[in-house]
Amino acid sequence: MTHGAIVEGEVVVRLTVNGEERRGIAEPRTLLSDFLRHELGLTGTHVGCEQGACGACTVRLDGVPVRSCLLFAVQAEGASIATVEGLATGGELHPIQRAFSSEHGLQCGYCTPGLLLTAQALLEENADPSELAIREALSGNVCRCTGYVGVVASVMEAARLLREAT
Amino acid sequence: MKPAPFKYLAAGGVEEAIAALAEHGDEAKVLAGGQSLVPMMNLRLATPAVLVDVNRVAELSGIAANGSLELGATTRQADAERSAAVAARAPLLAEALRHVGHPGTRVRGTLGGSAAHADPAAEIPAVLLALGAELVVHGPEGERTIPADDFFVSTFTTALGPDELLTRIRLPSNGDAWGFAEVARSHGDFALAGAAVAGARIVLFGVADRPLRAREAEDALSGGATPVEAARLAAAAIDPTGDAFTSAAYRRDVAAVVVRRALEQAAAR
Repeated sequence: MTHGAIVEGEVVVRLTVNGEERRGIAEPRTLLSDFLRHELGLTGTHVGCEQGACGACTVRLDGVPVRSCLLFAVQAEGASIATVEGLATGGELHPIQRAFSSEHGLQCGYCTPGLLLTAQALLEENADPSELAIREALSGNVCRCTGYVGVVASVMEAARLLREAT
Repeated sequence: MKPAPFKYLAAGGVEEAIAALAEHGDEAKVLAGGQSLVPMMNLRLATPAVLVDVNRVAELSGIAANGSLELGATTRQADAERSAAVAARAPLLAEALRHVGHPGTRVRGTLGGSAAHADPAAEIPAVLLALGAELVVHGPEGERTIPADDFFVSTFTTALGPDELLTRIRLPSNGDAWGFAEVARSHGDFALAGAAVAGARIVLFGVADRPLRAREAEDALSGGATPVEAARLAAAAIDPTGDAFTSAAYRRDVAAVVVRRALEQAAAR
């Protein structure tokens, strides 16, 4: 896709996903969430409300945790996207994932990918967040199982694990 | 694939965006942060034929503090929230931004996008009105400046022409006497009523088809009325509607409460 020209119909979108250069076909109206799932086969990004309210589809766009249902794939041309699939490395869960497991930060798991990526961005900015700071940072991520106590405990534990590792 | 089909232009500059708007008229919509427009498109409440994306127009973004505070239209709400210049010069805006959606929407949502969207229950338009902001817009004829008092016309409707682009927001410093209060069913929801106070201006939002100045209350306050008296006048002057969650009478009561709270904050500074 080239910038500065009106795009109509299908175009090729090139972007980096979890460090790997990827390309796929999108119409202008193709949401980034659908592009990741259907075109690139990365179904870890979960689609909840598709109107920006729930945060389940959160991915990181050039480091920023954003709702992928409110971005068109064509807007991500040339960008670097991180999804939940990129968290674990070499078969080892990321410390945030380990903390969500040990502290029961998930029940049905539907909201978890969005929570993990939002928490990762928070912990990069603030290595030792208060419970209030965690609740504020995650306030746009809805858990319909209402397991927020476990989620907050998981992020606290993840912060501890990450501080220990550095 | 939720939205209806549309043509997409990633504008490279202001002139290119305006040319596209001029060519496509009211069939086109400007895409800024997309945190209001894209939900409406996903629900097919909005079906623009052409989307003019201004996210890659670098000159539209950024904060400069000269005599006044100049905020680029596509400055992200989260960036303004963290800006030292905004905190120092317009703390009312910094405080109000904490109530706009959630951190996860504020990283994309823009100041100008919220102003141009003109949701009557949104915080940013109310703050711009309270601060007496000027909105700088560009069109085929060049640049013009619209005072906030004339910018917000009615629900989702502003003084922007179909071929005009909001490019900058100019804010005077808000002085010491400011306050902000809102009541929402949950944090991050649109307010069922809110108030922003800066100096002698009192603005209510969520109670009409646009943010409203409470002029009787402003006059009374200048004449020595207490916050309670001014709040009563402000609530008496509005004609709110009810919805599924809130009766009109309750909304009026809450309006009085938020005006009183905002005025008390302003008086205590």
